[in-house]
Amino acid sequence: MAVRRRTGGFVLKVNPILCDGYGHCHELAPELVEMDEWGYPIIVSTPTPYTNLAALESARYAVRGCPRQALRIERVVDQTSPGA
Amino acid sequence: MIDANVLPRVLHGTSRRPLTLVQHEEAFASHERVTSIFDELEASGLTGRGGAAFPTARKVRLLREQHGRSKYVVVNAMEGEPASHKEVSLLASNPHLVLDGAEYLAAMIGAERIDVCVARDNPAAINHLNQAIHERERSTKREAQIQLHTPPKRYVAGEESALVHWLNDNESLPQYRSTRPTVLKIGRAPALVDNAETCANVGLIGRYGARWFRGLGTQQSPGTALVSVTGALAHPTVLEVALGTPLRMILAAASADSDPQALLLGGYGGSWLGAAHLDVAYDNEALNPLGAAVGAGVIVVLPRRGCGILETQRVVRWMANESARQCGPCAFGLPALSSDLAQLTRVMGDTTAAHQRLIERCDSIDGRGACHHPDGVVRLVRSALRVFGPDLDQHINRRPCAGSTSPTHYVPVPSLEREEELQWQ
Repeated sequence: MAVRRRTGGFVLKVNPILCDGYGHCHELAPELVEMDEWGYPIIVSTPTPYTNLAALESARYAVRGCPRQALRIERVVDQTSPGA
Repeated sequence: MIDANVLPRVLHGTSRRPLTLVQHEEAFASHERVTSIFDELEASGLTGRGGAAFPTARKVRLLREQHGRSKYVVVNAMEGEPASHKEVSLLASNPHLVLDGAEYLAAMIGAERIDVCVARDNPAAINHLNQAIHERERSTKREAQIQLHTPPKRYVAGEESALVHWLNDNESLPQYRSTRPTVLKIGRAPALVDNAETCANVGLIGRYGARWFRGLGTQQSPGTALVSVTGALAHPTVLEVALGTPLRMILAAASADSDPQALLLGGYGGSWLGAAHLDVAYDNEALNPLGAAVGAGVIVVLPRRGCGILETQRVVRWMANESARQCGPCAFGLPALSSDLAQLTRVMGDTTAAHQRLIERCDSIDGRGACHHPDGVVRLVRSALRVFGPDLDQHINRRPCAGSTSPTHYVPVPSLEREEELQWQ
């Protein structure tokens, strides 16, 4: 399978209106999502390079595992990642 | 014709009775025609007067680029800020100027409909607008159809996405936007939302042009702004000032306490400014470095005998209650901030821990709501911790100031409504 080189980075974005604080994202992507005292996610705001495959996989798990479907992965375009 | 360097502009005329359409055309008669209103708007440097100070021309350009069968202009006269009265004053003197501006905006983006939004418990403004719209319908051909809407009076109901949500679904709740700036839509039609004061200024620019508009104000902040001055003064008032006017002069013009402890600037999601900065110019270039902003044009004067921590707590408690409770950080965070502040004002409170929690909670809440309601409260709390530093230390050492036990309060805060009675529809 051809590996597509993806430049730049991604951030995980939460729709705070949809989010009900189930906390699954923190379980599935602990390196990207912290929890505040009320159980709502605090997401790392600096972009993670696409070359960090482990983090990308966690992010995808979090997106799929969210019971409220409140998460998505957003590409940050104007960011040149070190791995690109 | 109004001269370029004469005040008032948008408050021209009397506030006792709004100008009729005939009087309006006479008062704001213009000798020369503006050729391209959009070019003039761009050259004028007008920024939104609703709080965010976003360049109006950039917003118009974004809407011009939208394709769509129909578009809307939404005039925001909701005035959710309890300390603000500028929209009422504006509509009580020049409702036609606001509608003029809305029509210019509609012409620029190609909109066929204009929705004017006023909170429903504002009968005076509703009357003035109804009359003005009626007068216009009778007089001449109108390119855009003007309609009046009355959403519920909630603090966040005037937030642009909440306003558009109300026009769509009769619910005054802010919406989540993943990217900004976003084009808001009514149905499938793009909507341009502008504050009523912004519209009135567009109305002036459409008549007199950018050069005239820049006759008052500063290079970066041209034009005038409406300021609602309340707090420690006999008669709360609305003034129209040239941007860049020193704060001290505004206080003098409002006959306010000339030696206050601090000023609350911008609104309830604004910032406190210490009395050391009274000679600063009232514009964003001068205020932003001090952590403050013109915002929605609110100045609340806090006298030396008042307690800044207590006043902040009263505002935060009300703002927490006004949260739409859609986002966790806002629904749970704001009441937490309010209770931390309340701890600080108590003699027996757990003050050191409360202070520490306040700082941490501000950091954790900031920027995590769908709208900027929680961010505004965080800004206010942070500014209070900064500006009332010495007073705060006294509170932390459990020696709260005399003001915190006094029954007299200075910041006007409406009585709290019970959560189940809050109307959103």
